[in-house]
Amino acid sequence: MATESGSSEPVDYIERTRSQYDALGYPPYAWVHNPDSPPFTPLSKPLDRSRVGLICSGGIYARGQTAFHFKDDVSYRKIAMRTPRHELRVTHFAYDLQDARQDPAVVFPARTLAGLADAGAIGAVADHAYTFMGGIYSSRKVREVLAPRLVAECVRDEVDVVVMVPV
Amino acid sequence: MSSAHSITASVNPPRAVFLDYPLGHTAGRPDDLAEQRHIMIDTLRALETIQVPGTIVPLRYRWSADESWKETAMRPGKNKTGDTETRDDRVARHAEPQYQLEEDRDDADPTCPTCVFPEG
Repeated sequence: MATESGSSEPVDYIERTRSQYDALGYPPYAWVHNPDSPPFTPLSKPLDRSRVGLICSGGIYARGQTAFHFKDDVSYRKIAMRTPRHELRVTHFAYDLQDARQDPAVVFPARTLAGLADAGAIGAVADHAYTFMGGIYSSRKVREVLAPRLVAECVRDEVDVVVMVPV
Repeated sequence: MSSAHSITASVNPPRAVFLDYPLGHTAGRPDDLAEQRHIMIDTLRALETIQVPGTIVPLRYRWSADESWKETAMRPGKNKTGDTETRDDRVARHAEPQYQLEEDRDDADPTCPTCVFPEG
C-alpha cells in the first residue's frame, strides 16, 4: 500500500473513483471492461514508411472551433496536425488543465509526431488529428456513435497506424 | 498511450504503453520537448514490438524523485493543502460550450466545418 512518500505502484483510479463515489453517495461508476483478447492487426509496413494519425480525448479544440461541453459530448474536432500551439485550447471537467494549457502537446502530441516525421523516424503524419471530450458516461454512445465515425475518418485519411491519447 | 493503468487494463486495447505521470500528462511534461520526443519514440517502438494482444508496456520515466503526487491524485478530500472538506473537485457538467478563453466564443465559426456532431 501507499506510504507517506507514495507508492511505486500505479494509482488505481478505478478504486479511487469507487471510493469517491461512495463518499458522495453515488452508485458505482460502470467502467468499460473487455475481458476477451482484443482484436489485433499486425502493422502493414515499417513505421518509417507509415502515415501516423492521432486521436486525443483531452478536450482539445483550435481557435475558431466550437468548444466542447461537459455533458456527454460525443462530438469531435478535426485539427490540422501542424496547428501552431498558440491556436490550441484545452477544456475538460475532470483533470488539472494547467500544464495542458501551457503546452497542449502533453495531451495532444501533434507537434511531437510532426517532428518525428520531419526527422524521418516515421513516414508521415496525417494532415489532421481528431479530438473529443473524454468523460462521456455512455460507453454505448462512444462505441456506437463516436468510435465508428473516427474510424471512418482515419480510413478516409489513409493512415496506417493511429496513436491514441486519452487523459 | 495511458497514464491510468487500471482503466487501460480494464478497457484492454490491443496495444498500450503506460506512462506513470499524473493525469493530464499522457504524452509528457510541458515544454520538455526532448522528453516528449523520447516518450513518443518509445511508444512507437512498442507499437512495432508488441506481439501479444492486450500488452501494456511500462515506460521508464518518473514524474518526480518521490511518488508523493500519487497520494492526492483523485482524492479531493486529501488535497494538496489538506484543509479542504470537498469530496468532488470536478466542475459542473454544463451542456454549453466551455471555452478556455472568452474571446474564443467570438472567434468560433458558427458553421465550423471541422466540428462534427454525430447523430445519436
